[in-house]
Amino acid sequence: MALLKRLARQNLPPVAFSLNGVSCTGRAGDTVLTAVLTQTDRLRSSDFSGESRAGFCQMGACQDCWILTAEGDRIRACSTPLRPGMRLRTIAEPKS
Amino acid sequence: MSQLIDKDVAIIGGGLVGSSAALALRRMGFSVVLLDKGFCGAQASGVNYGGVRRQGRPPEQIPLSQRAHAIWPRLKEIIGIDGEFVRSGHLKLARTEAEMASLEAYAARVAGMGLDLELVGHNQLRERFPWIAGNIVGASLCAGDGHANPRLVSAAFAHAARRAGVDVFEQTAVRHVEKASEGFRLSADRGIDIKARFVINSAGAWAGAFAEFFGEPVPLKKIYPSMVVTEPMGSFMTVNIGAEGGGIYARQVERGNCIVGGMRGEPNADSDFSRPTSTGAVTIMSRAAALFPALRQTYAIRFWSGTEGEMADRNPVIGFSRTTPNLIHAFGFSGAGFQIAPGVGEVLAELVRDGESRTPIQSFAIDRFARTEKNLHPGNIPEPTTRGTSK
Amino acid sequence: MSTALRPLIVGAGPAGIRAAQVMVTAGLRPIVVDEAPSAGGQIYRQRLFPDERSPRDLYGSEAGKASALHQAFVQIRDKIDYFPESLVWNIRDNVADIMKDGRHIRQGFSHLILATGATDRVVPFKGWTTPGVFTLGGAQIALKSQGCAIGEEVVFLGSGPLLYLVAWQYMKAGARVAAVLDTAPFLAKLHLARGLPSQPGVVFRGFRYAAELMARGVSVRFGVEPTRIEGQDRVSAVVWRENGRERRLACDAIGYGFALRSETQLADLAGCRFVFDERDRAWRPDRDPAGRTSVSGIYIAGDGAGIAGADAAELAGERAALALVEDAGLTFDHARVADLERRLNAIRRFRGVLEAAFPFPAAWAGSIEDDVQLCRCEEISVGQVRRAAHDQGVRELNRLKALTRVGMGRCQGRMCSSAAAEVLAAASGQPVEAVGRLRAQPPVKPLPLAMASDGEAA
Repeated sequence: MALLKRLARQNLPPVAFSLNGVSCTGRAGDTVLTAVLTQTDRLRSSDFSGESRAGFCQMGACQDCWILTAEGDRIRACSTPLRPGMRLRTIAEPKS
Repeated sequence: MSQLIDKDVAIIGGGLVGSSAALALRRMGFSVVLLDKGFCGAQASGVNYGGVRRQGRPPEQIPLSQRAHAIWPRLKEIIGIDGEFVRSGHLKLARTEAEMASLEAYAARVAGMGLDLELVGHNQLRERFPWIAGNIVGASLCAGDGHANPRLVSAAFAHAARRAGVDVFEQTAVRHVEKASEGFRLSADRGIDIKARFVINSAGAWAGAFAEFFGEPVPLKKIYPSMVVTEPMGSFMTVNIGAEGGGIYARQVERGNCIVGGMRGEPNADSDFSRPTSTGAVTIMSRAAALFPALRQTYAIRFWSGTEGEMADRNPVIGFSRTTPNLIHAFGFSGAGFQIAPGVGEVLAELVRDGESRTPIQSFAIDRFARTEKNLHPGNIPEPTTRGTSK
Repeated sequence: MSTALRPLIVGAGPAGIRAAQVMVTAGLRPIVVDEAPSAGGQIYRQRLFPDERSPRDLYGSEAGKASALHQAFVQIRDKIDYFPESLVWNIRDNVADIMKDGRHIRQGFSHLILATGATDRVVPFKGWTTPGVFTLGGAQIALKSQGCAIGEEVVFLGSGPLLYLVAWQYMKAGARVAAVLDTAPFLAKLHLARGLPSQPGVVFRGFRYAAELMARGVSVRFGVEPTRIEGQDRVSAVVWRENGRERRLACDAIGYGFALRSETQLADLAGCRFVFDERDRAWRPDRDPAGRTSVSGIYIAGDGAGIAGADAAELAGERAALALVEDAGLTFDHARVADLERRLNAIRRFRGVLEAAFPFPAAWAGSIEDDVQLCRCEEISVGQVRRAAHDQGVRELNRLKALTRVGMGRCQGRMCSSAAAEVLAAASGQPVEAVGRLRAQPPVKPLPLAMASDGEAA
């Protein structure tokens, strides 16, 4: 279930990426946060209690929206532009 | 507002040394006042790396270190919290043959002193600690050593001292100390005046002024350790890591953050506060990424620095004053005070009660610098005029 | 370090852009460093990719200002050294440590203008970390920059002009706004009448937003005290108290916030003296009317200097740069300086009206439940803060951080320190000013351990 709801930019060029191994499509100009949260409703598990988190400030301040790539890189979703072919992974466990 | 306090012992400096001495003295039945110019445990005691290790100390420190070693597992009973103490082991890496030879020589020097050091070769290292990369020649493991949380431990000793009935005054700098008829008179901030039979100078990096006032200047200077902290990660560092020859030390806390140090910071305009240098911190970060592949994609989320007191010979000053009866010094732990401080506290309490301690501390006498400078013959060394130090 | 003029501007929002413009006009070539890929700051954030929406769709009544500002930047682009997607993470002795293109460079400067902006100021309450809860600013960015609503049924909660603006923008964009829950009492709005002489446009727009929301059937409530957000892995409802009664409304997203808080970490690292601002209940760098800080050669402007809004940011950026030009011994427009200061003073007086109309709910600090998370990075509860105050005698914010870990996490206290100060003050029986503020340490934001070094830059 998506968290975010697209109201505009629907007809922009599609950008292919994968999320947890599943092929998805975002839009040119999406941040990684938008691309992921228009597909699902969480980005990561919190470090200690493992509760779901999906960002908060959207401006790179709260540091809540970190997710992983398949290669193990960590990216701050709200401040990273979506690029074609990105292989993204939501953080499924605390401290991973 | 003026307040006159009359106690058996006045302790200047509420870091781990002062606080543990206060607690030990109180439990012996002495009345104690503990003063700190800031928060207890906010200086060296609270900003050091957090290593709780005997390995690497010069042999003269080992008896004191062993005494402290017995205290750490009992923290919960003594101060109410375990201070996140973990007996993880301390693994000291040798990156060159020369460093390995140095580790071997050290192990030989301290053999029989109870450290139970185990020398580990390259292959054993890869097998037992696969998370360490690079061409490490070998290492020395002290399985009984570990690490703890300096911020919590120091403050908790002060808090336990307070609960035990020690008068603790924070944000209260001691401005003046002088001999008085039955001991000493101290005046501190906020109108606090103190009469005490004994004074313990455990004022850390600021202890030099007090020593100098009593005619015993010492080569003490401020140094600034510098740490990098990563975001929390899944547990992988199974030991506290050090390196022969310095350059890097690293540990992982139970919450998952890795703490890495190895460079010095620099003071701010107010030299009681400091900051890691940016180049130093970035250097530590890249050394950590090189040595620990698991950290290569991790982020550093904060740095910290702080003030410690370093003696010219990197050994502390512990023991009676050479000029003034009933004045005891305990400072200058040179960045290696955390592990031994609880032991030092007990020793200081013994000095007050018995005039001597069962743990040898002659090597830390305050007048050793004067002796060295003058290059005196044994016959020329003046006998101590105060109560003797330990056996 | 050469004595040549080498000004550095941190932030390419309204304040930074106007400051750069003034410097270029004076014949200087500033370095402008900004974290975003394009200029405009948060309020005038540009899209990453062109889309079907007009500037009016994006910026509403401020479309003209936004376009003018973006154009101004385009005009000076080749007369400045612009480092986008770059983070200034430390300042020390006329050197800025910057992560530029993922690499560490040390940039010397002769003068510095900090135009670092602000983030939303939040008070924690039960459920505030649940997916679907965003700040008001975050909800606005989702819409403006990304064309997304934060949910299907959005509730806006909090206080301040931004509350009504964002709710109205959502409504206009076709999102379903379930309610606007204003924590300020209705009668407090009457203070806005005092603002009519100086800022009639702002006041009327505010009333218009509220009126149009109500006309569209959006429930607008006043004097709200949020109790909790419900929902396990996703917002499902919000519960609040109003006139002594508990109310509940199903929703799947919440945008909330209470005014803004200045980003001041770099000013702190640069050694600027701070003062406590009673009106904003926050510490900010001390400054003179021009924006000079207590450190010679360092200036601040915009919301990073104290919250005053985008119009004030443009004026303050210009004013601070004129002060820099003056201090550098170059000619400058005295009449313009006087005009800027007059206009800035008028705006600052109006901020007092806004604070009266939308008061910050400081009194809540005492009543947030113990089990509410206060520090969302380290997951430290309000109760842990209170226990530190009661059991360990903690009365100061840095000591609180050392003993409880509040503010030690990735955000370094941005989201929690103002609430932590309020809770600590309430728990230790002190005014909020007395608990102090968190001491900044580098890096101001997380840095990759593998960041390579490039060394010094001229």
